[in-house]
Amino acid sequence: MRVNLGSQRIAPYVLISPFFLLFAAFGLYPIGYSIVMSLYNWGLVGPQGRPGIQNYLALFTTDPFFMRSLLNTLVLLVFGSLTQHVIGFPLAIVLKDRLLKGRDAFRTLFFLPYITSTVPVCLIFLRLLDNNYGWLNWLIADVFGGPRINFVTEPGPIKAAISLILNWRYIGWCAVVYLAGIQAIPQELYESAMIDGAGSWIRHTRVTLPMIMPVVFFNVSLTVIFGLQLFEEPYVWTGGYAQLGGTGNSGLTTAFYLMHQGFRGSRFGRASSIAWVMFIMIIALTWVTRRITRRAGEQEG
Amino acid sequence: MRIDAEENFAPRAGRDRVERESRVLATAGRSLKYLLLLVLCFLSAFPFYYNFVLASWPNKFAYVNPPKIWFGPSIADNWNQLIGWVPTFPRNFANSAGLAIAQTAAAIFFCTVVGFAFAKYRFKGRKALYAVVLATLSVPAFLNIIPIYRMMSALGWYRTYLPLVIPGMAGAFGVFLMTQFIQGAVPSELLDAARIDGLSEYGIVMRIGFPLARSGIAVLGIVTFIGSWKEFLAPLVFLPDQEAQTLPVILAQLSLRGNVNFSAMMMGTALSLLPLIVIFAFFSRQIISGLTAGSLKG
Repeated sequence: MRVNLGSQRIAPYVLISPFFLLFAAFGLYPIGYSIVMSLYNWGLVGPQGRPGIQNYLALFTTDPFFMRSLLNTLVLLVFGSLTQHVIGFPLAIVLKDRLLKGRDAFRTLFFLPYITSTVPVCLIFLRLLDNNYGWLNWLIADVFGGPRINFVTEPGPIKAAISLILNWRYIGWCAVVYLAGIQAIPQELYESAMIDGAGSWIRHTRVTLPMIMPVVFFNVSLTVIFGLQLFEEPYVWTGGYAQLGGTGNSGLTTAFYLMHQGFRGSRFGRASSIAWVMFIMIIALTWVTRRITRRAGEQEG
Repeated sequence: MRIDAEENFAPRAGRDRVERESRVLATAGRSLKYLLLLVLCFLSAFPFYYNFVLASWPNKFAYVNPPKIWFGPSIADNWNQLIGWVPTFPRNFANSAGLAIAQTAAAIFFCTVVGFAFAKYRFKGRKALYAVVLATLSVPAFLNIIPIYRMMSALGWYRTYLPLVIPGMAGAFGVFLMTQFIQGAVPSELLDAARIDGLSEYGIVMRIGFPLARSGIAVLGIVTFIGSWKEFLAPLVFLPDQEAQTLPVILAQLSLRGNVNFSAMMMGTALSLLPLIVIFAFFSRQIISGLTAGSLKG
């Protein structure tokens, strides 16, 4: 039987095939490959010894850096990533005001940091936050008389600086997304709430919040997915693989450690096991986010 | 208009006073809002501004307190310093541009074709296959970076641009964007009419799909270009030679060297940010719609 590739029944499969061929070759196959690698002591020469879960065990028992990297990642996730939503959402409500002039201009400027490249941005912030010659320390020390903070060498300030960059970069994006979500809520809901005598606070908690929950879920999940993969900012901020996250490994995130193990240590098996732990955490945290937003949506609605 | 509901129940005599007070409050509230928004605008833009300021002063002015706040005289000199310090810089800039153009062209072609099929054909397994596309969006890049590196080395693609272009040609995000767009932009009746006129299925995609999807393609193209210009992970892994590197990688490596010439470096960061800022200035509407589409419809 001949298959007519030009027929209306077959054509769509031909048209979508590029995605699936590429996905099979560069998506599925590497995922399988990565599972296998994670089960071996796999270095430059290839797999050695017997397969087993020794890489995973080592991560949680003998590896001095892995647990630290997880903790760092979670701290940065909370202070660098989740805070975006805490600030971005109210900002969206401020921007929503129908009598506000110049909303488009505000929106555009707030969005700008999101589209710029991470590396140059980090290099600029290294100047802005410089110990002796940066604007922030000038403000802290010369204006307010506080102590100069070294954001590059002190463990706490390293995290603070990375969180600051993340917030600077994503708050505007967050606000713009929430603004679009809020603008899509049918106006009648607000009008009927107003007729029922609801003030502005009640209107937002009873109408805006429950209606926007699907958008919140999606965006917090995105934040978690990308937050757990944080790599570029700490890599640039703390001086590359050689420094392993700076003083006290304060900037060593899980993705950073994965890259370090893989590309500086050539420990491909170990790096793959880190990738899988990371992936499982992403799935788990996405599930938690869904639970929380769903419950919040039900309670309010 | 914001009118407090309680007002309606206020006794007639007090009504005027309440109204006047609430108007004053609203004005004060709005002024506060503007102040807040202007401060945030300042914070958003200041790092870029300061970048250009530093790029215009000789290096010794990177070591003054308080720091410089207005432009200096040595823009041209800093460019020469940059070229002296990093002779490959123009080459790296061209690499970034070339790579971005290649990725954009590939994404436009493949994502439109795949998106067209998902949007305009009813075929067995369509829903499930589309779900697969969306699911791949949340597979972390780090899950695959090690095996893909090994694969690319085995294929002999290490130290080439192929690993940066080929795997992402029909990216899930682009497919999603084009599917969404084509659903609304290309009327199905038109396709039937074209079939009656004897156009083949592939002719329909090329002659009707692409032209009608133009504004969606513009969004996809701009967003892909920006994404490519920003990309760091893959170029860092696959392009070890300085000659072949893209801007983010060369800038990161400069910062890791000792003895940094900050003026030259700030010239470099300014030049790597400028294209993005210019593109954004012209196409902010398309860019914002493209980059927020997934978050609203996903």
